[in-house]
Amino acid sequence: MAAYNIKIWRQNGPDSNGSMERHVVKGIDGDMSFLEMLDHLNEDLEEQGKEPVAFDHDCREGICGACSLVINGQSHGPETTTTCQLHMRSFEQANITEITVEPFRANGFPIIRDCVVDRSGFDRIIQAGGYVSVNTGNAPDANANAIAKPDADTAFDAAACIGCGACVAACKNASAMLFVSAKVSHLAHLPQGDAERHERVESMVNTMDREGFGSCTNYGECEAACPKSISTDNIATLNREFIRAKIGRIT
Amino acid sequence: MKLDAKIPEGPIEEKWANHKMAMKLVNPANKRKYKVIIIGSGLAGASAAATMGELGYNVECFCFQDSPRRAHSIAAQGGINAAKNYPGDGDSIYRLFYDTVKGGDFRSREANVYRLAYISNQIIDHCVAQGVPFARDYGGLLDNRSFGGAQVSRTFYARGQTGQQLLIGAYQALSRQIAAGTVKMHTRTEMLDVVVADNVAKGVVVRNLVNGQVESHSGDAVVLATGGYGNVFYLSTNAMGCNVTAAYRAYKKGAGFANPCYTQIHPTCIPVSGDHQSKLTLMSESLRNDGRVWVPKELGDKRRPEEIPDDERDYYLERKYPSFGNLAPRDIASRSAKEVCDEGRGVGNTGLGVYLDFRDAINRLGEETISARYGNLFDMYERITAENPYKNPMRIYPAVHYTMGGLWVDYNLMSTIQGLYVIGEANFSDHGANRLGASALMQGLADGYFVLPQTIADYLATMGASHERLPIEDEVFVQAEEAVNNRINRLLNVNGSRTVDSFHKELGLIMWENCGMSRLKKGLETAIEEIPKLRKDFWANVKVNGSADNFNISLEKAGRVADFLEFGELMCRDALAREESAGGHFRAEHQTAEGEALRNDDDFCHSAVWEYTGDDAVPIRHEEALKFDNVKLATRSYK
Repeated sequence: MAAYNIKIWRQNGPDSNGSMERHVVKGIDGDMSFLEMLDHLNEDLEEQGKEPVAFDHDCREGICGACSLVINGQSHGPETTTTCQLHMRSFEQANITEITVEPFRANGFPIIRDCVVDRSGFDRIIQAGGYVSVNTGNAPDANANAIAKPDADTAFDAAACIGCGACVAACKNASAMLFVSAKVSHLAHLPQGDAERHERVESMVNTMDREGFGSCTNYGECEAACPKSISTDNIATLNREFIRAKIGRIT
Repeated sequence: MKLDAKIPEGPIEEKWANHKMAMKLVNPANKRKYKVIIIGSGLAGASAAATMGELGYNVECFCFQDSPRRAHSIAAQGGINAAKNYPGDGDSIYRLFYDTVKGGDFRSREANVYRLAYISNQIIDHCVAQGVPFARDYGGLLDNRSFGGAQVSRTFYARGQTGQQLLIGAYQALSRQIAAGTVKMHTRTEMLDVVVADNVAKGVVVRNLVNGQVESHSGDAVVLATGGYGNVFYLSTNAMGCNVTAAYRAYKKGAGFANPCYTQIHPTCIPVSGDHQSKLTLMSESLRNDGRVWVPKELGDKRRPEEIPDDERDYYLERKYPSFGNLAPRDIASRSAKEVCDEGRGVGNTGLGVYLDFRDAINRLGEETISARYGNLFDMYERITAENPYKNPMRIYPAVHYTMGGLWVDYNLMSTIQGLYVIGEANFSDHGANRLGASALMQGLADGYFVLPQTIADYLATMGASHERLPIEDEVFVQAEEAVNNRINRLLNVNGSRTVDSFHKELGLIMWENCGMSRLKKGLETAIEEIPKLRKDFWANVKVNGSADNFNISLEKAGRVADFLEFGELMCRDALAREESAGGHFRAEHQTAEGEALRNDDDFCHSAVWEYTGDDAVPIRHEEALKFDNVKLATRSYK
């Protein structure tokens, strides 16, 4: 059982000023997940009649993409995983007892309260074209078109994005390029996505800009921070798709 | 309460087609005049909202998460069943129908299950058209694998993330409709009551979780797609936010609740490691293809697993079920694990675990082959437990996973409240007393994409295009809103000394002990006495900090736990009344000489539907008789 000095971001609301608050959290077992350590802190706070620290989380299995903390300066902490799959033994083994916890900070992710941010900009980017326009009805037989396995696999690797926003939080420009490129690349590698590929990439990139996300300068922090190891190759795909769409418009 | 299942006439193969012809339609130009409220944005809710939007209805969709993409359907690993028969191994719609009815231990409605099996093929076609990246073989065609309870390969999958890919497909379709303006999405908004006048659903009362605003929404129909209630046990494989509130509030407004005691307990989950545990993680059922389950033969044998020689190990599933061995169905594997742990032969610090050992498979096939098959699961196990499953056997234990019970619905998916529809895990319809693997995704999408958008038109059409919606200024809305606000204030004003979580944990223990894997009359009676006491204590001693007009996570949790504290009692009452063992409901008094589940078809071949009669009053139990015209009732045997 170990004790940790936690410095955690508190902010009462979107328009309030925030600050770091210090707490000592005792009785932490290495088998506890990082969020269970925060549960423990929150139980202590509630017992003292104080309001618990708000943070987003839901599935706690590393797949829903809700959890979103910057831990000791890194999106989702020191390992390649989501915050919810990070365990306290990771700190125990490295003899780290000081932990700083902050929200994902980005222009496109305004803070709602404490460590909870508003990532609805991501939803609006998908609404701008991150889909195939097919109505529910009588689609052709699922095996009517064969898709070469390498294409299917590449599409899948891009589709594994969980939309958590770690890439944005890690980027010095707060760019959403990795997120946008993952969806563009997923659909660009499949015949189903072909008909709308030009409109899709233009519309999604325009929306990304409008939502206040920064530009990509090939820094690569996004890929390093991504819990699902989405590759920056997708950004190259996006750039290619974008140029192709622009040329397609001219000719 | 009148239970008319409205099952169409005719042979089972023709019922759905005939019914679609018999139902009324809404003229395309009139569809926008109908407002449909959908609560929840998982597979069922998102697919329904997207499809209703495509058809031109005026849809409002609500979810408590920050985005519809986060609903817990996303965590489903294994796959989705369909009767495509691509492998040519003898599958058919009828066989999928039969397997599902049998897997549910003959406690589901034949006509619904047949429709589900029929629609399964359309789901795969539609999802592929959306660009869902299902697994493909080297020829570029779709791949299939096998799952429990079937002798054919009919499961379509997307690595270990089938739920994620299907949900994102539905989310993208929903996003397209949001952009088109047919669906208005309300995120971080929780439904706190359904508004009912003269047994007709008129709208909902919701709370904006960001600013605390309580507001009403009026609609022509309300659809609940709010998932299951496994979190009544505190620990489950459900997401932290999963709750029974929407379904339970509907029950209190007059919707019948069917078979609440039917709970699926999954045998292969990572065991609880301590009191701090907040949730449980599933390890895919597929591991049992190569892993061997065992515990030491001797009580209290504390040696490390590798120090225990083979003849001192009890491979109990292989011993008890020689023909199915480690691949015995979920309910049986779970109960057997509990038995050996109850005897004191469980492993790990807590004694609540059994080994799932890959030693023999690794010796036979090599570490590389095992890694290719299960690498990602082994990694996940190691991340959570810090133990290397290639070197040491995994430790697993059963955990609450899915709830087959839910609000009662007729063939049209309408509850006993007119105009209140229930889809996906939230309803009770298709899985009987036990759900087969890879069937949950199938049902959620069948309901949302293909059933509800058809059946709801029949109801809406009867109103006529010039109908008027009840304004939210109406007395019914005002009263409902006031009740919601009063309850919130009551929670904030108790100002006691115990946290919400401490009550939730205590309820979970009562439920797990008495209404878990094995249930006894005495234990259930104890729980029915203890839960109201705990509920009383909650309302006297709970401590909810903060205010109503802000983002308040304690308040959110408190409201959900308050409902679990009532709902848990209903589950126990249902389990007590059902004097038989069926699927996930095992009453220890009703077992064969060999310890297997013993159904009582003479007295319990029905769904039990509960009617609310008031707080602290005993609810009324109704029955919907189940008729089996196409499938012969048989005893499941896995020896």
